[in-house]
Parts: sequence; structure tokens; C-alpha cells
Amino acid sequence: MGLTNRSTGSNVLQEELKIECAPGDKIIALSGNPNVGKSTVFNSLTGMNQHTGNWPGKTVANARGRCRHRGRNFIIVDIPGTYSLMANSAEEEIARDFVCFGNPDAVVVVTDATCLERNLNLVLQILEITDKVVVCVNLIDEAERKKIRIDFAELSRRLGVPVIPTNARRKKGLNELMDAVYAVTNGKIRLNPIKITYDKAIEQAVEIIQPEVRKLTGGRINNRWVALKLLDGDEHIIGSISRHTGIDLAGNANLAALLGKAKQYLAENGIKPEDFRDKTVSRLVTVAEELSRETVTFENRQYNSIDRKIDRVLTSKIFGLPVMLALLAMILWLTVEGANLPSSILADFLFGIEKKISEIILSSGSPAWLHDILVHGMYRTLAWVVSVMLPPMAIFFPLFTFLEDLGYLPRVAFNLDNFFKKACAHGKQALTMCMGFGCNAAGVIGCRIIESPRERLIAILTNNFVPCNGRFPTLIAISVIFFGGAIGGAFQSAVPTLAVTGVVLFGIIITLLVSRILSKTVLKGYPSSFALELPPYRRPQIGRIIIRSIFDRTLFVLGRAVAIAAPAGLVIWIMANVAVNDISLLKHAADFLEPFGRLLGMDGYILMAFILGLPANEIVIPIIIMSYTASGAMLEFDTLKDLKQLLDANGWTWLTGLNVMLFSLMHFPCGTTLWTIRKETGSMKWTLAAFAIPTAAGIAVCLIIAAAARIFGLA
Amino acid sequence: MKGITIPLNCLPVGKKAKVKLLRSDGIIRRRMLDLGLIPDTVVEAIQKSPSGDPTAYYIRGAVMALRSEEAGRILVEMA
Repeated sequence: MGLTNRSTGSNVLQEELKIECAPGDKIIALSGNPNVGKSTVFNSLTGMNQHTGNWPGKTVANARGRCRHRGRNFIIVDIPGTYSLMANSAEEEIARDFVCFGNPDAVVVVTDATCLERNLNLVLQILEITDKVVVCVNLIDEAERKKIRIDFAELSRRLGVPVIPTNARRKKGLNELMDAVYAVTNGKIRLNPIKITYDKAIEQAVEIIQPEVRKLTGGRINNRWVALKLLDGDEHIIGSISRHTGIDLAGNANLAALLGKAKQYLAENGIKPEDFRDKTVSRLVTVAEELSRETVTFENRQYNSIDRKIDRVLTSKIFGLPVMLALLAMILWLTVEGANLPSSILADFLFGIEKKISEIILSSGSPAWLHDILVHGMYRTLAWVVSVMLPPMAIFFPLFTFLEDLGYLPRVAFNLDNFFKKACAHGKQALTMCMGFGCNAAGVIGCRIIESPRERLIAILTNNFVPCNGRFPTLIAISVIFFGGAIGGAFQSAVPTLAVTGVVLFGIIITLLVSRILSKTVLKGYPSSFALELPPYRRPQIGRIIIRSIFDRTLFVLGRAVAIAAPAGLVIWIMANVAVNDISLLKHAADFLEPFGRLLGMDGYILMAFILGLPANEIVIPIIIMSYTASGAMLEFDTLKDLKQLLDANGWTWLTGLNVMLFSLMHFPCGTTLWTIRKETGSMKWTLAAFAIPTAAGIAVCLIIAAAARIFGLA
Repeated sequence: MKGITIPLNCLPVGKKAKVKLLRSDGIIRRRMLDLGLIPDTVVEAIQKSPSGDPTAYYIRGAVMALRSEEAGRILVEMA
């Protein structure tokens, strides 16, 4: 299992360049540094709900949306945020290729008003490729708060392209932004982009090869830029050019000869190949510095002192890790505690109307078996999924999104980086792990922010060790049932909260352990470089958070669960009611799995539920309930207490509860995640590894715990 | 301490220094340059992570965390 181009997914990235559009539609690329509010600008322009958050690297693929302005259609493409277009990583390559070869009618570079100097570096790099640029200086509200003044007119004059101040979160300045885009795409503005000139020797070298480059590429790509890249010895760009335009620069003897001459000229003038890039990059940095010095004034030099004070606590030696754990426990506690009441109200309601639904179906003249399938099979599973999953998700998601918006996740990565380094993994794996809390498939896609293929694979293979939203309700329900009775009164949620926190922590430890094992065996190597931006804290917008997290995440996950739960309920009902040799299919299957299930401290029905839950982890508990009720006494259950009775009646002990939680944490990823891993790695072998590694870990842990419990006579 | 040249990872928290030399090469060198770490850039060490590594530096208006391996290959002159 070697690391090849195929297994790192660069083939996936190619298909993202093609944009379908009607004649007359204008394609607008939205680029910018990571974490400057690019996705917020995108959402505000297109009315779409691309996920936003205050941490670098959240947009890893090109998202597309439409926007209509002054009677014209614009297709907005949100390309990954990058610091540079030097194509050091997969996402930088996507960004650069889209700007170069996606033929956008204009490029909007979104920049952060509070950190303009660093952002201008990318603006200058893009201006070297294309003239059709509009600079959007976003987050002007944050800049005002920090007393940072920007002379937009002067900046625009110096850059030679429109510069528009915006506050995308409040939709300020977006009309002006689109006006400028409209003007640029229609040739209504005279663009006079800044020309960056390098050392005399470099300029001379460019002149040697530029005419030949112009001849070969025609007007299709900026030939000065291509000449600079060729002198830089950037081999990727030659490949990209031939892939996207069919122009073969590598095979041209004339160009090769001129390039040799130009490089010799550089050497004669004291510019060694390794100096070339230093000189060109440094020049851009210096120009950005000059521009910033002339157009930005800091009225308060201490403008980020509050951020530093917060960081001194949140990432301190003493408080850093405890605060992190406490925040996790607090979120889980609020979720457990807060979900109780709405869960039982929802259950009362949904199971309460079951009779009504029965009456309606039976009175319509449907046969009894159809009624049973629909009500006892599909409806009950659905009712369970909704009443148990909706409340915790509706609490957990907004709380998590709050921390995300605030900018806490990069601090988590900062705090945990040393552990990941010791596991020979990438520090940003902490970020992809956090994404996994939302959804493992999203976490796997998020691994694109990791540049090194080896570390990216490790992050992909271990992402499943953090419980996603589909699994949190299972963990919460079971811990409340089996560990909830320990302490009564106001603290009765404390023990289940600690149990779930413990499971999450255990998952993180396993992540680190498996990462290390992989690094020492099949994915040998040293940790690669790591530079992580700690963005300024931003005031979260509570209203937005609630709306976004409920509509984008909660309803999405719930919708998926419902879509799968209904047919799964149907399958279970049929299996429970179709008998072979007087024994139902369900029992046949469970009996077959029973010995192995017992060995793991669980039973056959539970294992079957995990297997049938492959399409979506959300339905594992509903399947367990369905199978118990279908094969035994039909219990009316509508609270967790009733569920406890059902589980007790089927022989569950604390050991069963614990092992179900652990196996839920560590087993094969859901179907969607596996499919995503297949797509991202481009390799069936790694997909199988992603299936096998957590399953093996789960089996091993459950075996050990079950055996230990039996030996010590605890269960 | 003023004027002496040290690797960036040895810069005490709260102190500023000027970049003198990048000793890294390849992609890491490019990344450092992209962050604006060219000679004479002023950087300030502002925070160590709980376990002492990585360290956050204030570079050209942004806060960037670097592992000691990368920071150790950047030579700076203390201000």
C-alpha cells in the first residue's frame, strides 16, 4: 500500500474545474486567505448555506452558487482559502488552477481588514496572473472595533483595481462589490493593475523566454507569469498547463534552449536557482508591506491585546487542557440535561398519535399486515429516531457552532499539537478531528487541509474514532440509562455526562495511538511542517448560529436518519415476521451472531443492529429496539425509563451498555463516510483499511473489557 | 541579549526579534516565505502551547503557530 498520486486523491480535484454555465453568464472566482469570511461572502451573495466557521481551512473544495445582479447572472465559485498560489498543497493547487485555467470572468479576492498586509501578498500573486480582479476588504467592522483605519481609495489607486470594503456578516457593501464585479466583467472600468518588477537580472531573464512563451500559449494564459514560473523551476505548473490547455511546454525544444540560456544568465548575475524563489517571493512581501504602510493606520497599537489575554488563559500551561475538557463536558452536560424534557414531550406526542394513525390506516380498509408494517415497522422507528435524536442535536450543534464561530477550534489544535507531533501526525489533524464531531464524512473531506499525503491518510483513517452526530444520541441515551441513576437530584446528569466525555477522550487517545502505530508501520515517516494561524476571536452571532446549526446541520442529519430509518424499520419488521422453520429470519440472524456478540459483552441483536446500521449510525438503537420488541413482548415505550425496562428484560447489564458505547465509538464508518474515503483516497485498499482498523480496535477493546469483567466476576 | 543571533524557537515569550536567515529549504522554506518571514521581518513570540511546543508568533499582523522544528531553522536577531 504505497503512497501514489492515485491514493492522495489529486484525480478527484481535477473534475472540480469544469463549470457549467449558460451563454452570457459570468464566472466569478472567490479567492482569499483562509478564514477571512470568504464563505460568508459566498453565502450572502448566493443565498446559499455553505458552512462557515472561524478557523482556517474549512472550505476545501470549490463550492458554486448563483447570484443575479443588474439583470445579469453570475456564477460564484468559492475556491479554497490559501495564503499563496505557489501550489504547496492540494488545496493551493485547486485554487491556483481555477484562477489560471478555470477562465473566470473576474476574481474577487476577499481579504481580512484586520490583517491586510499578509492578505495583500495573495492579492499581488493573483494580479500577476490576471488583471480582472476586485479586492474585497471584509471584516471592516472588526477593523473598526480595533481602530484600524484603511484608506480604500488610495489602496485602489495603488493596486489599480477596485477595492470594496464589506461586512459580509451584516451584508454591508455587497451591492457595491457586485457593482464593481459587474463593471469589471463588462469592461466598464479601466483596470490598471500594479506591475511588480523584480531585480534587473530576473527581468532580463524573463525577457529572454517570454516571447517564446507568448508564441506557444497565445493569449490564453498570462505569459509573463508563466515565464516567471518556468524560471522558478516549477514543474507542477508545466503539468497543469498541458492538462488544462493541451499546450505542451515541456516538449518544446526552442523553449528548452531559451530557458537554459535564461537560467545561465541568472547564474552569471549571481542568482542561483534556490535564490530565485526567495527573491520573487520577498519582493511581493515587500510590496505588500509598502502598500500596507501607506494605506493602513493603527490608531491603537494594542488592538489585539484582549485576544492575547484570552489566549493566555485558553492555551496556558495550567488551564489550557483543563479548560478544553471542561468545555467539552459542559457542552455534553447541557445536551444531556437539556434534552431530557423535550425528548419525553416529543415521544409522548409521537407515540400518542400512533393510535390515531392506526385508526386512519385501518379505516381506509388496508389489510392488517400492511398496517403492521407501516405503523409497527416504519412509524415507530421514525418516532424513536425523531424523539431521541432531535433534542440533543438541536442543543449540541448550536453550542459547538458557537465555539467554532468564536475561533476556539484553532486553539484546540494549538493545545493538542504536541500530542499529534509525538504520534508523528499533523497538527491540523486536531481540526479534522473536530470536524468529525459533526460528521465523519465531512471530517474526511476536511483532511484536504493537510498537505502531506502520508499525514492526510492517517487523519482520514482515524477520523472515525471521534463520535459523529449520528452516534452522540446513542452514547447519550445509553449513558443516561445505565449510568444515570448513580446520583439523584440536581446532579443526576453528571455521571452520564462524565461517561460520554470519557468515551470521547478515549476516542482521542485511540486516535493518537492508531496514528502512531500507522506512522511506525505502513505509513512510515516524520511529521511534516506545521504552521497554524490562530485567528482573532470574533463575536459570535447568536441568532445566526441557531438558525444555521438547526437548519444546516440538525435537520440535515435528522433527514438522513429518517430517510434511512423508515426503510430499515420496514426491513426489520419483515425479518421479524417472515419465518423459516417456525423461527423468524431476524432470530436466525441474531442466533448466528449470538456467540460472537456474547464474547464481546453484547448480544447477537446488537451486532446485527450495528451491521444493519451501516448506512447510518443513527439507526443502531432504533434497530435494537425494533428487534427486541418484534421478537419478544410488544412493549409500549415512550421514555428512556421504558427503554431501560426493555433493555433489562433482554439481559443488558452495565457491561452491555459500556461495550455498546465503546463499539459505537469504534466500528466501521457509516456508508457515506466509506464512500467519501474511497473518493478522497482513490483507493479501495485504504477504504478497506478505514473499515478494518476501527472495527478491529472495537472488537479488541470490547473483548478485553468483557473478559476482564467476567474474570473478576463483575458481570 | 540585544543584537545576538538565535534560532527563533529560543526567543523568549514576550520578546521581539528580526529575521536574519532561513535555514529550511524546499516546501517548508516556501511556506515560511509565504507567511512573510523574509529577512528583517520583525516577529514576536507571544504564547507557548500547554506542552511548550508549538509556539505562537506575531508575524506581520497575524498570529501563527510554528513547531520548534520549523522555528528552529529561522535565525533571528534579538531586538
